[in-house]
Amino acid sequence: MAKHHIEATVNGDAVEFLCETEDTLLDVLRDTLQLTGSKEGCASGDCGACSVMLDGRLVCACLVLGCEVGGLRIETIEGMAPGDALHPLQQKFLEHAALQCGICTPGFLVASKALLEKNPEPSETEIRYWLAGNLCRCTGYDKIVTAVQDAAATLRKG
Amino acid sequence: MRYEAPDTVEGVAALLAGTAGDVRVLAGGTDLLVQLRSDIVDPTLIVDIKKIAETRRVTEEGGGFRIGAAVTGAELKEHPRLKQVWPGVVEAANLIGSTQVQGRATLGGNLCNGSPAADSVPALIAAGAVATLAGPRGRRDLAVEDVMLGPRKLALTKGEFVVSFLLPPRPPRAADAYLRFIPRTEMDIAVVGAGVSLAVDEAGTITAARVSLGAVAPRVLLVREAAHAIIGSRLDKPAQDRLEAAARAVCVPIDDKRGTVEFRIQVAGVLARRAALIALDRARMR
Repeated sequence: MAKHHIEATVNGDAVEFLCETEDTLLDVLRDTLQLTGSKEGCASGDCGACSVMLDGRLVCACLVLGCEVGGLRIETIEGMAPGDALHPLQQKFLEHAALQCGICTPGFLVASKALLEKNPEPSETEIRYWLAGNLCRCTGYDKIVTAVQDAAATLRKG
Repeated sequence: MRYEAPDTVEGVAALLAGTAGDVRVLAGGTDLLVQLRSDIVDPTLIVDIKKIAETRRVTEEGGGFRIGAAVTGAELKEHPRLKQVWPGVVEAANLIGSTQVQGRATLGGNLCNGSPAADSVPALIAAGAVATLAGPRGRRDLAVEDVMLGPRKLALTKGEFVVSFLLPPRPPRAADAYLRFIPRTEMDIAVVGAGVSLAVDEAGTITAARVSLGAVAPRVLLVREAAHAIIGSRLDKPAQDRLEAAARAVCVPIDDKRGTVEFRIQVAGVLARRAALIALDRARMR
């Protein structure tokens, strides 16, 4: 049967694409739109490496069908840094060495940004619960939590 | 595999009833997409119900709340009044999966996925929630405890789907709670779940109660004997003991890597008691 023709907004830009019913939003982002910052870890919603914002809501792109997103706003890691400067979260992840292999990092950054937009001063416990759906097998999370706290402090100062 | 997203209840019912082969309803997709990816299901058609406005809203109705089947856990948590009136239902829904999963997962999907370990279902059953179904012959209401028949088996007939849930009006001094046991603090499936809803009179005596247990039988159970064990009491120690015994008596759990039969039966009593105590505290504060 014919592919679905979908129009959506990705990182502020109007996009259109064709997809099969079984193609996930992650498949569309990576393979069709060439936005490979979102990673596929588990493909079952457990690891959070494909975290994106869908109409302002943090979701796993692997748990959304491409054909569901017609008319919706999608924000990915590619839209995070304003121009050439890094977003404070990206900068603090670098400074605190909150990554090793880097596969989980885009998901952590997108999820952390969503947290700080809702809660500018989260406690360590709130950060850990919010990020429970983002798995990292390298760093052991402490550096990630520290980086998020430091970025939150930077963002609060404006 | 086709995908359709009608914006009317009738449109969905007609597709579900009129399409041969395996047809799946899509709400949040947090179970369905995993099943698709792992080839557990291979439907000819997926029908997305999120374009129907009444599946996506929470409204106050007749003193209670009507919750659309495709309202997400994150939306339930953000609702200004729902958490005050039905804290147990909102807590249970919010125990499902991660923040990301909460952005998509729905009450309708949690029920219709047909898992006896579904976290929101014992809370809905304890709350006395009624599911409103729609199908090719119109609408009907079914108590949530009667929707699930066994693992992956529902009482829905061909063409029917869950449109919304109705949570009944609350009397004064009434509250609910849901607890589950998992081997860690987050991101796991209930080994046992217990939902309790109760109301007390001015003296603090329990006048009405409903108790529901998950993951201890092929379907989520409404345990009337456990409710009878505490109605008329102030949940003193003898009433707690009767509640625990009544809860354990109905358990016929499986033995698996997450919990033995003996463990699940033991924990069912403990969680029923603790959930009842939390609900009682909340009820007395109102």
